[in-house]
Amino acid sequence: MQRNRRVLTGTHFEMGNWACTEGAIAAGCNFAAGYPITPASEIANFLAARLPEVGGTFLQTEDEISAICAAIGASWAGCKAMTVTSGPGISLMQESIGFAVATETPLVIIDVQRFGPSTGVPSVGLAGDIVQVARGSHGDYQIIALCPESPQEMFDLTIRAFNLAETYRVPVFVMADGFMGHMREQIVVPKEDQIKIKHRKIAEPAATVLERRDFQDVNVAPMPVFGRGLKAHVTSSCHDEHGMRNLSDPEVMHRYTMRPIEKILRHRDDIVQVEDGCEDVHVALVSCGTVSRCARAAAQLAQNEGLKVGTLRLLTAWPFADQEVRAVAEKIDHMLVLENNTGQLYPYIKAEAAHACRVSFLAPQTLGQIHDPKYILGHIKEMIQ
Amino acid sequence: MTLSAHPLKEKYARSHIKRTTTCPGCGIGTVSQAILRAIDELGLDMDDFVFVSGIGCSAWIPSPFYNADTLHTTHGRPIAFATGVKLGLPDKHVMVVSGDGDLTAIGGNHLIHAARRNINLTVVLVNNGIYGMTGGQTAPTTPRGIKTITSPYGVMEHDFDISPMVVAAGAAFVARWTTYHPRQMTRSIKKGIQKRGFALIEAISQCPVQYGRASKLGGAVDMLKHFKESSIRLTKARDMDEAQLQGKIIVGEFSDREKAELSEQWVRLRCEMMEDN
Repeated sequence: MQRNRRVLTGTHFEMGNWACTEGAIAAGCNFAAGYPITPASEIANFLAARLPEVGGTFLQTEDEISAICAAIGASWAGCKAMTVTSGPGISLMQESIGFAVATETPLVIIDVQRFGPSTGVPSVGLAGDIVQVARGSHGDYQIIALCPESPQEMFDLTIRAFNLAETYRVPVFVMADGFMGHMREQIVVPKEDQIKIKHRKIAEPAATVLERRDFQDVNVAPMPVFGRGLKAHVTSSCHDEHGMRNLSDPEVMHRYTMRPIEKILRHRDDIVQVEDGCEDVHVALVSCGTVSRCARAAAQLAQNEGLKVGTLRLLTAWPFADQEVRAVAEKIDHMLVLENNTGQLYPYIKAEAAHACRVSFLAPQTLGQIHDPKYILGHIKEMIQ
Repeated sequence: MTLSAHPLKEKYARSHIKRTTTCPGCGIGTVSQAILRAIDELGLDMDDFVFVSGIGCSAWIPSPFYNADTLHTTHGRPIAFATGVKLGLPDKHVMVVSGDGDLTAIGGNHLIHAARRNINLTVVLVNNGIYGMTGGQTAPTTPRGIKTITSPYGVMEHDFDISPMVVAAGAAFVARWTTYHPRQMTRSIKKGIQKRGFALIEAISQCPVQYGRASKLGGAVDMLKHFKESSIRLTKARDMDEAQLQGKIIVGEFSDREKAELSEQWVRLRCEMMEDN
């Protein structure tokens, strides 16, 4: 019976936040910590009820800092761990996101984004955290951030997030937003045997940690999970491949920063996903997340009028799909970047595309609303005149 | 840097760690020994433990020294990390070792909430009344009137009375000793480890380099003498008024009670739910 409760196979009509919860449970999540925050609260609410059914634990913490720290601790205890929040919570978690990066901790962070800055508007979706999840913690690092566009993808990409976290021993973000989290749509949950689940590699015992490589392998070091007599030494301070602190050797400092970065960039082909609908078009609408739905509708309107407009959807915001954006830019005339913010990915896209085509940016007609496809179409027409 | 050559080292320290990082006269060695003696006397193995520490001098007690799973975390957060570790590994002893700045200033909220939850952690809080590592700044535990580098005209604020605060927050076991009381401290750490609930052992410790200078108490020996002369048992202190207790260090066991513990409740709930399914 317990196996059936893990994967709720069937067709459902539920909100995105439900789909995300079920994706996490289906992926094998057995620990979650969170703090109430709109528009992400339902995920914590659902997890609190669902996790015990599958042998898992849910902890409501005193703040978001504690939530991510507890999730990192649980991950080192061997759990598939996650936390869930919105922009203000991400701001509080930033220091510990860096900790997860530096200690190579598998972790899933669900960000149901909301209107900002600051306390902003809790219930309105806005892709305001795209840059802060990649650049918000101090120091240099790479991050993986997945961008669903629908409740169904909140299910699918949450599973993918856990698999990437386990495969690469990294924190992985799922960048939903308030619109998608609260939107109700059809969600198809496959049969359990059709869902691919990945598990981290675990280190073998050794006489001392000096005889084992626990960190900084670009092909992912097996994790010295706690409680198995592995005597792991884990610190987020600069450390060598054994996990031992070293604050004096510049070579060690270099590897401490660079190896986790290289670990992600060398595997970028396995991580980066785009949906390229730009065959034989002059204009490409580039987007990620909820806005992709508007982009597709606008492209359809344009095509109905005989205009050659296609879409490039980024399913991963980070690592940035530089090669894919460049390839599209080199076969079109105009690139229109659509983001539900004031242009967070735009500079990154422009840097890859501006040598080959004209690149411009379009925010929603009013911030706080989603792009009207007709508004996008009007802009396309102006652009190509 | 001092050479470490204690018999407990052979048994409990990572073999490749040859030195500690404490200043001469620091009380951390006494506290570390009390922890290792407690583990030794209980007949426990280092593999029964996960040690979690934060930032500051005393966070270096388990990491890198102890030959066990050790998690050296961000400033103020070790209890939050340890909460996740304990819920993930309910059969292990999870011990947090950190300082007064780490656990009561930047991490104060986690301390009181872990006590409220009554999660089975053993927290050894080394209280030296000052920020040692960063050069002698005022801590929430620095007594009023003392001149520190960030209170050059004297501390105007009042200091935390940590142990009673953690009792009030709900901890199952709370004890306070000074480094003048290593045997009592060891006994309380043993009790804390065995306690099924949140246990705090507040270890008042000398920092001759920073606190000794700021307070003009002098060197390590002078500070230990001060601990000896100022300490008063909790049982005695109960019959004394505020004026009589001025400047005294109340030592003893502040709380030892049975309460529902969080990680055990989770184990039970998970078992029940799995049976129902």
